[in-house]
Amino acid sequence: MAMNRRRFVKAAGAAATLGYSGITFSQANTLRLGLMTVKTGPLASGGIDMERALIQYLKEKNYTLAGRKVELFVGDSAGIPAQARTKIQELVERDRIHIMIGPLAAAEALAADDYIRQAQLLTLSVAAAEDLTQRRPNPWFTRGTATSAQCAHPMADYAFKEMKMRRMVTIADDFAYGHEMSAGFQRVFEELGGKIVQKMFPPLTVPDYGTYLAQLKSNVDGIFLGFAGANGFRYLRQFNEYGLMKKVTPVGGMTALDEAVLRNMGDEALGIVTSCWYSAEIENAVNKRFVANFRVDWKYDPGFYAAATYTEAAVLEAALNQIKGRIEDKQGFMKAVRGLKNVETCRGPVSFDQYGNVVGNNYIRKVERKDGRLVNRVIKTYPNVSQFWTYKPEDFLKNPVYSRDYPPAKNLES
Amino acid sequence: MRIANLTHGALFMLGAYIGASTLKTVPNLWLAALITGAIVAVLGGIFERLVLRKLSGNVLGQVLVTLGVSFIIADLCLVVWGGDPIPVPTPEFLRQPVFIAGLAFPAYRLAVVVIAVIAAVGLYVLIERTRLGAMIRAGVDDMEMARACGIPVSRLFTTVFCLGAALAGAAGVVGGPIMSAYPGLDADMLPLALIVVILGGVGSLGGAFIGAFITGFVYTFGVAMLPDLAYVILFLPMILVIAFRPRGLFGKFAA
Repeated sequence: MAMNRRRFVKAAGAAATLGYSGITFSQANTLRLGLMTVKTGPLASGGIDMERALIQYLKEKNYTLAGRKVELFVGDSAGIPAQARTKIQELVERDRIHIMIGPLAAAEALAADDYIRQAQLLTLSVAAAEDLTQRRPNPWFTRGTATSAQCAHPMADYAFKEMKMRRMVTIADDFAYGHEMSAGFQRVFEELGGKIVQKMFPPLTVPDYGTYLAQLKSNVDGIFLGFAGANGFRYLRQFNEYGLMKKVTPVGGMTALDEAVLRNMGDEALGIVTSCWYSAEIENAVNKRFVANFRVDWKYDPGFYAAATYTEAAVLEAALNQIKGRIEDKQGFMKAVRGLKNVETCRGPVSFDQYGNVVGNNYIRKVERKDGRLVNRVIKTYPNVSQFWTYKPEDFLKNPVYSRDYPPAKNLES
Repeated sequence: MRIANLTHGALFMLGAYIGASTLKTVPNLWLAALITGAIVAVLGGIFERLVLRKLSGNVLGQVLVTLGVSFIIADLCLVVWGGDPIPVPTPEFLRQPVFIAGLAFPAYRLAVVVIAVIAAVGLYVLIERTRLGAMIRAGVDDMEMARACGIPVSRLFTTVFCLGAALAGAAGVVGGPIMSAYPGLDADMLPLALIVVILGGVGSLGGAFIGAFITGFVYTFGVAMLPDLAYVILFLPMILVIAFRPRGLFGKFAA
């Protein structure tokens, strides 16, 4: 009931802002857009940002994309995969959405994979799970953000070549996203000649990293942090507490030091280098407007999740423009998305590969203080990074998917 | 009494959040812990009087309601403090690690150990050595007989409930500098508390103390030596104890 009421209020609000148009146009003409996000539970921070940024995009376009009015339906999965599947079904069967942006987490996308195939639901996702655009590509699934390892590959390149690191430790959350990120980092780093001498996978919900910090090897150059959500934040604080900051240099994956986390951090974050497809500091016209407006509304910088839906909305609009708004032509829409080239978005120009995954800039960022707040300043841009890094897609796909044990770590020291 | 109170994880988290906010006006962590403890105690008392009391005698209902309330607290925290992790600053003089035999160890964690010992000794003295403690024990052992002797069992149990809530809230503040306040902290902490209690035995303070020691050591060393068993290792000692001693190591009642 609460859901219905909330939705009613939202719809009423939308109708009021749209004036007459929402009512007189036949329903068939409205584009019904679903956002599958997380608004309660531990992942809510990112999920709420996803909704805020998407609404901002739609407002900027006056709720009209490619000449069609857009009506937004929002589902909340609380971050629970089974619930995500149910809510997606609800969005499709009750709200009759044409297209879905989301879900947020890899586990949610995997749980909904079969349903997305069966319902032929057009999906613009944020979830990183590698194989959804690799060995088991879902024909209705595309991703405008990055696979788990897409940003870890260039991080390894930068750590080896520019930061001159040779011996490193990896630590990552113990679930698919952490495994894949850590594996991608390890592969590139070791192929360049570096050594990963220790790998750690603490459980996703460990409140205290003391045990893992106590065992950390200190005779290494650096540590790669493959954390998501609040975990990177908590790990770094405890890392600092153990006096490790001066001995071991941390570098991070795309969600280790997100803007959402930075705004609650202190000087311990200064100087840390991370890799992501986005930073609120990127200098391009779209992003400047996005960040400025977002700051006016919410008083903080958009991060990974906000930029994700803002990017996906731009992808949606670009693909719609190509097929003149005819979203009912599902095959045509998917073909249009996969063929997109150099769409201007807040993260810079994006293109798509034939597997439905994005090819775009990857930014190496360094935490600095600016106007009193911490920001991820871009120090190097790797242009047009694909999910396959510098490998040939065919060769890349012959290997097993990245995991806890693949590629095997040959240089571990006990 | 005698029920498993599953709100403790949520009260711990609530304590961490309130502590983080209190520290913006009160500059001292220990003072913030006391204030937070008092606030959480009042909330706990209200909950006990208005909700739990109505279900007295219905143990399953009480346990379920504590679980339900913990969800409500968790989502209220999300509404009030948002979804981002909020740091609880470490006291200035405990920020630098101390060096023991060449190994760095965070000074703040040592301070937490000291606080834990003080709290444990305080509880022991309260329960085992004071008149109030004797009345509590009498009330738990045989409520009707205690009432017949003129002990105000009902008021006493509210007090005990408030004290438990206060400890959970204050612990949240003290744990804050290590763990920070973040959504999901409740669910991360609750299993630890449950395991300790079940392992040690319900209704036994000494049991909880031993249970905490065993859990802490087994988990820390287990994770270091057998990292692949990180999920299981926490529950192994509990399963073994329950298999051979269903009441826990020192329990008075079946868990």
